[in-house]
Parts: sequence; C-alpha cells; structure tokens
Amino acid sequence: MQFSEQWLRSLVNPPLDSEALGHLLTMAGLEVEESAPVAPPFTGVVVARIVEAEKHPNADKLKLCKVDAGQGDLLQIVCGAPNAAVGMKVPCAVVGAKLPGFEIKAAKLRGVESFGMLCSARELGLSEDHAGLMDLPADAPVGTDLRQYLALDDTLFTIKLTPNRSDCLSLLGVGREVAALTGQPLSVPEIVAVPPTIDDRRAIVLDAPAACPRYCGRVVRGVDAKAPTPDWIKQRLQRCGVRSISALVDVTNYVMLELGQPLHAFDNARLSGAIHVRYPRAGEQVLLLNEQTVTPATDTLLIADETRALALAGIMGGEDSGITLDTTDMFLESAFFAPDAIAGRARSYGFVSDASHRFERGVDFELAAGAIERATRLILEICGGAAGPVVEAVAQEHLPARKPVRLRPARARRLLGIDPDDAAIAKLLNGVHLGVRHEGEDLLVVPPSFRFDIEIEEDLIEEIARLYGYDNIPALPPQGGLAMLDRSESGRSAWDVRHLLAGRDYQEVVNYAFVEEAWERDFCSNETPIRLANPIASQMSVMRSSLIPGLTGNLVANRKRQLNRVRVFEVGRCFERKADGEPVAGFHQPVRVAGLAAGPALPEQWGTPTRNVDFYDVKGDVEALFAPRTLKFEPVSEPALHPGRAAAVLLDGRRIGVVGELHPVWVQRYELGTAPVVFELDMDVALRADLPAYSEISRQPAVTRDLALVVEQALPVARVIEVLNESAPAIVKGVELFDVYHGKGIDPGKKSLAFRVLMQDTQRTLEDAEVDAAVTAIVHHAETVLGARLRG
Amino acid sequence: MDKLDQLVQQAATEFAAAADGVQLEQAKARFLGKTGVLTERLKGLGKLAPEERRAAGAEINRAKDAIEAALEARRNALREAVLLAQLAAEALDVTLPGRGTSAGGLHPVSRTLERIELLFRSIGFVVADGPEIETDWHNFTALNTPENHPARSMHDTFYLEGNDEVLLRTHTSPVQVRAMLDHAARHAGREQMPELRIIAPGRVYRVDSDATHSPMFHQVEGLWVGENVSFADLKGVIADFLRKFFETEDLQVRFRPSFFPFTEPSAEIDVAFMSGALKGRWLEIAGCGMVHPNVLRFGGIDPERYTGFAFGMGPDRLTMLRYGVNDLRLFFEGDLRFLSQFR
Repeated sequence: MQFSEQWLRSLVNPPLDSEALGHLLTMAGLEVEESAPVAPPFTGVVVARIVEAEKHPNADKLKLCKVDAGQGDLLQIVCGAPNAAVGMKVPCAVVGAKLPGFEIKAAKLRGVESFGMLCSARELGLSEDHAGLMDLPADAPVGTDLRQYLALDDTLFTIKLTPNRSDCLSLLGVGREVAALTGQPLSVPEIVAVPPTIDDRRAIVLDAPAACPRYCGRVVRGVDAKAPTPDWIKQRLQRCGVRSISALVDVTNYVMLELGQPLHAFDNARLSGAIHVRYPRAGEQVLLLNEQTVTPATDTLLIADETRALALAGIMGGEDSGITLDTTDMFLESAFFAPDAIAGRARSYGFVSDASHRFERGVDFELAAGAIERATRLILEICGGAAGPVVEAVAQEHLPARKPVRLRPARARRLLGIDPDDAAIAKLLNGVHLGVRHEGEDLLVVPPSFRFDIEIEEDLIEEIARLYGYDNIPALPPQGGLAMLDRSESGRSAWDVRHLLAGRDYQEVVNYAFVEEAWERDFCSNETPIRLANPIASQMSVMRSSLIPGLTGNLVANRKRQLNRVRVFEVGRCFERKADGEPVAGFHQPVRVAGLAAGPALPEQWGTPTRNVDFYDVKGDVEALFAPRTLKFEPVSEPALHPGRAAAVLLDGRRIGVVGELHPVWVQRYELGTAPVVFELDMDVALRADLPAYSEISRQPAVTRDLALVVEQALPVARVIEVLNESAPAIVKGVELFDVYHGKGIDPGKKSLAFRVLMQDTQRTLEDAEVDAAVTAIVHHAETVLGARLRG
Repeated sequence: MDKLDQLVQQAATEFAAAADGVQLEQAKARFLGKTGVLTERLKGLGKLAPEERRAAGAEINRAKDAIEAALEARRNALREAVLLAQLAAEALDVTLPGRGTSAGGLHPVSRTLERIELLFRSIGFVVADGPEIETDWHNFTALNTPENHPARSMHDTFYLEGNDEVLLRTHTSPVQVRAMLDHAARHAGREQMPELRIIAPGRVYRVDSDATHSPMFHQVEGLWVGENVSFADLKGVIADFLRKFFETEDLQVRFRPSFFPFTEPSAEIDVAFMSGALKGRWLEIAGCGMVHPNVLRFGGIDPERYTGFAFGMGPDRLTMLRYGVNDLRLFFEGDLRFLSQFR
C-alpha cells in the first residue's frame, strides 16, 4: 500500500524524521519497500502571476514577461514556454533559487535582462511534463512558496503488508500502529452522523447471512455528480496511487483509504426494489465495471436487486448499475463480507480489486455504519444533495466472534526467550487495542473488531514479540545435549561424489527440472511425459526423466560459445510415473548423477597428442566413481545412445545406469560435430561404499606368467576373463588384461588378448611345476569353452 | 731429494693434463703402476745402506702419498665435470606448462550448500531430504496454509497436468513436516523425544522468471524442535551462522517481523555489510520463525511440550553476495565460462 507521510502525520505525528518513521514501520512488520520524496529538493520557487507577456525584441520564440511574484515590484523574466499567457499562475524560481541541478541567477538573454525563471513541472522534478509552464489554479495565492502551496514536503511510503495485517490497509490502521509504537496520541477522524433529511430508503435482505452478516445502505438524492473533487482529496488520492475519477467515486475511495472500509456507489435510479445479498442463480451474468462479463460461480456472493444481479459482492460493481456523471440519486453501500466468502474469488476471475484485497483479508466489521456517515458528509459537502436514513441489516450471530484468547505469560517468555513481567505484557497488548483481563496466572485477551489475526495464544505471543521489539530479543548461543552425529563409513556424502567428479575434470551444472517435450521423446522415448499444468514456457513444459538431455543442451550452448572441450555433470532428481511411488504416490523421483564429456580427452597441451574423448575414457570415470567396487558392463540399446557403443552399468547384478556415446542421430540433429560420451547413474548406489576388510598379505614371492590368447573378434573380453577365472586354481590371485591386438599375424575376425596371471601362496614358495600346471589348466579351459588358441 | 719433489710436481702436471678417466689412469700408471717411476724408486731402496733406507723410504712414501692425493683430487674433479656436463645436458625448460588433465569444479551454489551443511553439522544438524513433486498436503495444508488462504497467493505454484493433489514444491518447508512425522513415529512411546535438528537443502519451484527470480531455485530449510527452543535461540543460531558463513564480524543482522502461515512469530532476516560494494544496504536473505503449533501437530509433535524454530534461506542469494554475482540466471545457464570461475 502506498500513502502520503503527511496524511499519516495528520493522524499521528511522532517526533521522528521520515527515515526513522520508515524504520519504525519496517521493524513493526509493516515493511517499507520504498520511500520517495514527492518532489526533489528545491528552494526559492513561488506562485507567480504573469502580468505582461510581450514578444522578445531579439528572438521569435522567446517572450518577455512581467511577473508578479509577490515581491512588490514586477519581475522581468524571459521565457520560452509556448503557453505563457497573461493572467496565468505559474511557478516562478526567483534569483537565488536552487533547482534540481542548477541555481537561478540574474542574466541577460538575447540582450534583455531576466530576473528568474518560470518553470515547467519537469524543471521542478514534479512530472515528466515539459510541454509548457506548469499551470497553477487561478486561486493560487501569489508569492506563496510552491512547496508549501502544493504540500511538496511529503514522502510517499510504500509498505508491503503481510496478509495477516489487513487492519493496516488504511491510514487509520497504520496510524494506530504508529501511535502504539511511539505512545503518541492518535487523532481519529471524527465521524458525525448525518441526520436524514429525506425519507427515501431501500430495503436490504441478507439472503446469505453467514457470508454477509452486515450491510448498510443509504439513498442520497439530488447530488451533482459533475462537481469537481476538492484538490486536497485529489492530492491525497494521487499520493496513494489512486486516480481521481469523479467526486462520488473519489469520496468512496478516500474513505476506503482513510478508514479501510470499501464502499460502493450505485445509481439509485437503476435499482429496482430491495437489495439482496445472495448467491447466484443458474445462468446469471454480471457485466463488471472493468467491462468483463462473468458468469459467477455458485460460491461467489452477489449484490442484486429484485430483478437482477448487480455486482460481485466485495469484489467489483456492475457496469450498468454504477454511478455515472449523470447520476443524481445514489445508493451507497457499506458492508461487511466474511473473508471466507471472498477469498480467492476475484483471482478466479483473473483480477483483484482494492475491495476484494481488503475483504478477503478482513475488514473491521464494526466500521460499516461509521464509514457510510463519513462518506455521506463528504458527498453532501462536495456534491450537495439530501441523504435518507441509513438502513442497516445485521445478522449478529454471523458476525465474527471475538472470543477471549488465553495467554500464559510464562509460555510467552519461554517461547521468546525474554522476561517482561505480566503487567508489562498486558501494557504492550493494551497499546494495540487488545482488551486484557487477568484470570489466575493467565491473561484473557480480546482482540478488537479490526484484527483478524488473533485467534490463538501464539498470535498474542507474536504481538508481544513485535511490540517488545525483535531487536530487543537477545541472540543466545543455542544449548542442547552434545551428541555426536552419525558418520557411517559404509557410505559417502553427495559432496564426496561431486568432488570426485570435479577431480576428474567435470564441471558441475544445475539444469532446470522441466524440459522441452521433444527432449523426452527423442532421448528417452517418453511419449507420455509428466506435464506441467501451467508451464512458464513451452521449452520448460515437462518434467525430465533423465539428466542426459539437459547436459546435451549444455554442450550445445557451450559449443555456440566456441568452447570445444566440454565436460559437465549434474546431480539432480528425475521424474517418472510409478503407481506406488515413494514418498509421493504416482511418482518415482530418483536422484541421479550424470556426466557428459566431449572434445579432446585432455586439455590441449604440448607433448601429448590431441585425441577426442572416447567411450573407454568415460567408462574409466564411471569405474573410478565406484572403485574399489567392481562394475559390470553389458551392451545395451537406449534411444539416447549409439547402439554399438553403449553399456548398461551393473553392480551386484542390479542395473544402476548407462554409459555410452550419444546416438549419431542426435549428434547430427543438434549439430554437435563429434559425439559426446555420457553416463547416468543412480545416486543412491554411488553414495554407498564398502567398509574396507583386511586380507592377509603374503610374505612369499609372487610369480607372474604372461599368456596371449587368440579369440573371436566379437567375444567380449569380460567373458574371457570370467572363463579364465572360473578355471583358475587357488594360487591364481589375479588375471589382468594388458594388451589387445589385431593386425598382422592374427586372422581377420580374431583378436589377440594378452593377460598377466599373478600367482602366489601365503604359506610357501610356489614350485615351477604347479605354476605351469595352473597356466595349462587355464589355457585348456579357455580353449575348450571359448575356442581360444594360445598364441605362439 | 729435489728429484722426488720434481716427480710429485710432474705427476700433478700430468694428472691435470689428463682430459678424462682413461688418460688419468695412463698417467697414474707412469708414476704408481708396476713399472712406474715411484715403484721403481721403491724397488731401488734395497740397494741402499740399511741406515739410509729408512729415511729414503719415508721420503718416497711421502711423495707417493702426495701423488695419490693429487690423483684422487683429479679423479673427483673429472667425475664432477662429467656430472656437471650430464646435468647441463639434462636441463629442462621448467617454464613449460605442466602436463595432464585439468580439474573441474562444483557449481557455485553447491559450494554454498556444502558450507551451509558443514556449518550446521558442526552444531548437530543432520541433512534431511524430500521429494520435489510434492503433495498439496505437505506443501500447504500441513504447513497451516489451507485452501484459499491468502498466503497461497504468495506462491505461484506449478501444478501437474491432470492431478490436483500434487505440485512442484514451492519451498523446502514440506521437508519439515516429513522429518517431524518421521521423528515422532521413530520415538513414539518414549518418555522423552530427542531433539530434532535438521537442515534440508534442495531445489524449489515457482512461476516466476526475471533477473532476480528463477522458476527453479534453491532453498535450505532448517528446523530445531526441542523442549525449550526459543526465538532467542533462533536469533543466536542465525547470527552465528551468517558471521561464520561470510567469515566476518563486520556484518549487521536484523530480524524483522513478517508473516508465514507455518511460523509464529515470524521474521524476515536481513543482513547489511559494514564495508564493500553493498555497504549499509539491508539485504533480505531468509525467512524464519517459531514453528506454528498447528504445524507441530500436523507433524505429530505435542506443541504444549515441544517448541521449535524453522528457517528457510536462499542459498542462491547467499552465493551471489559471497562471490559478487549480479544475475541469478547465470546459475542455471550452464555457461562454462561462468561456472569455471568457482574452482
């Protein structure tokens, strides 16, 4: 809410400057988002009247004016404004005046002396208008300081109110807070009932008394709707960010800003019979003031007469029942609508209004009658007319109950960590108009009709904290029992995983969890992705089921920035449908870790030939991530990956992810040039680690034997190693592949695999014979099972 | 005996003239070898009278020692020269860049999250986690934010097509609810429930996008529930954390009354640095408060007996302040020129 500091000070005027006042409000929970002076600093500008305006003898576009600035003698001032005319009242900066950015001195302009400057609004920093001189009202008193005349020594405060503080959506409400916080007296605008002088009245029927338990209405006849709004009202409205429309509308807005009661003015001539506050009938429509036609939902409260729906209650009036400039008889509405009956309704039609904003948060339910009197008085003063009696319909039993709330001062002290005594607490609460009664050790507190946020003890504790001052609550070092945290060695943190990948030259990225639908279809064959109901953009419309497309996107973007070598990883959630998903049924949301490497395997450097990263490089990274646990890799077919260069990653027989080269189709479509290699793995598995276990170190010398086996080209090495191990006697401690060869000396379609066999016994030195026997057994088994041949 | 002196001199001269080990050994042979000059002299001692023999022998041995010393010195000098030549030949240009791979790095927000976790772990907070597709109940209802509550208008929530019951969580606060339910269930029936101290870092989502808002961003939720947890404790923990996080005492921290449905009293936390580019400006970095009794109840915890505080802070904002980043969107664009600055 935006308001003028001067208006607030007319209600309560603490001895604080603007900045201190702003801080006070902020620290009371009425956050001052912005405070801006109405006008920039300037001095020496007064109201002046142009007495003469002749053409400048030496310049066509300049005028030579004689100006009465209230200084006795007329001032001669050269002026270039096209609208300068005799009789006009304008701001005049006299010699010595300081304007934003410059100072006024006596000067010669085209050979003629000039003693001052006549100003446009822009030259004074009051608006962007520089079409001509600022045209002041005819009755502006000559010689008056302009700042004083226009009340420019004012600050516009914009406060960001939290939804619980609807009581501060008015000057009166903010004033009450300031008075409570500073102990200064609050001068409440006097409300004097306007006695009826005519008997015109309109019956009011509360058809939905729970939603509208109070409705005041009054007929005012013979108003001049075209009467001008007084400047002081216009100015206050303008400084609250409300546009002046017509006197009648301006008065209703003024009273709303002043007291917090939204009012609505109907054209009495366009109403027929009694006013009903009711829920809609089937098919009913209302054309609203914003020219929107709505078909109100069944839970939207209406104001109706006996023939038709007129307005959305507490939200917006109707176009064809509202006042116009031709209105002579009006019907003024001042009602209380229950917050629950208004909340969310305006938004469901795609807008909010000042009225709905207030009613859905809570308007003082004892305010309606006073506000209608206040508005009537202003209307009669400005527009004339004669007022009928106020007709009030009330359903007492449906007005908000103000039940006493029990406060245990000891609990308040414990919860806040402060120690004011009971009397001090009662005094704080009294200050904001909360009624306090002692009952045993407790306080029974009754909130006033304008507070809608005090229902339980904690609401009161919050008030105490606020009024005591958050700054005055100590900051204590926390105390608690010291217990060491678990730090399992059979696991590692997500940070360990991240650092490990960073250590292997991957840069972490964070990508959006919503992606474009095409990515899901292309990379994951996902034709039924989890769609957002309200995506922010089409390329962010479905939830990702894989991290790989996002990483590919990173590659594309970085290639565009001429980065050739790209190595990125992400740790994040993926989303899949799953009926019995945990913890949210219908969805499986595993955290995965994925990486992508593209371009040279190593940063370009001297002494090492450049080659592009390949499957085995990235496979090595994946293996390192899980070491010392051993992974298994099996060929796999995945839509994202090259069918001949992709593997499923298995650990203890469970598939935990994939590694592979991006499918050439996507490499081409996304213009990646060389194919990146990617991996994606389940994070929960990566977070597990084995507790190291000791096995005895042999003191006996180890024996190694190298053997080269020639096998079919297509035979996976993993299978060969498996076969070698299954026939190996106990003395064989390891079989390591150290070379793969095809070429000269080897039949096409075959390959030679060189293994180093390590043999050792913990108790004794091995005999040559048993070593030879072991190798023979291994080779024989490989020959039998795999058709391998020992290479000569 | 001049002759012997000359001999020593001569040997020294010849040794010095030897350019390498082979020449030196040849020179040695001429003096000390089997037919060397000195050897011959020693052999000649037998011809002398016994009374002269002793003195002459001593003279010859002194000369021999001197020659051997000269020989050893020359050997050392030649070895030294060889070594120096080898070292000179082997010298590298040490200014050539080192070889091998480079290192990657963590995302700047990850750095922040890791530090936050570390700092809070040091006073006994453990990390909790929750789903990002969350139920409406956990995200709103259990956090005291019923349907039509005006606070719901503060969150512009992403919903999923065809399912009103779930949404993308708008904050990490639902993890509070899950952690409390879990904790209460684990300690049900016990005389006293142990304290619950968690932080929950994670990604959250809101329908918002500009230079200071991203539709996906990070939050860290904190929660401490116990028998005597107070607002003063909350202030203490947060102030301590902020000074440790920014590694400065040169920092003002302010708690400002605010409103969240799930805490009461509630506060916004602002910080202001006393030096640097942002000097004197209050910067909003977190929301916090005492856990609302309804939320404790939804979490299965008796609000009469236990109280607690909760906070939710923006690690993206903390990261921006810490490293001087001025556009939030940079965090989510995957631009390596940006990300690689945080190694």
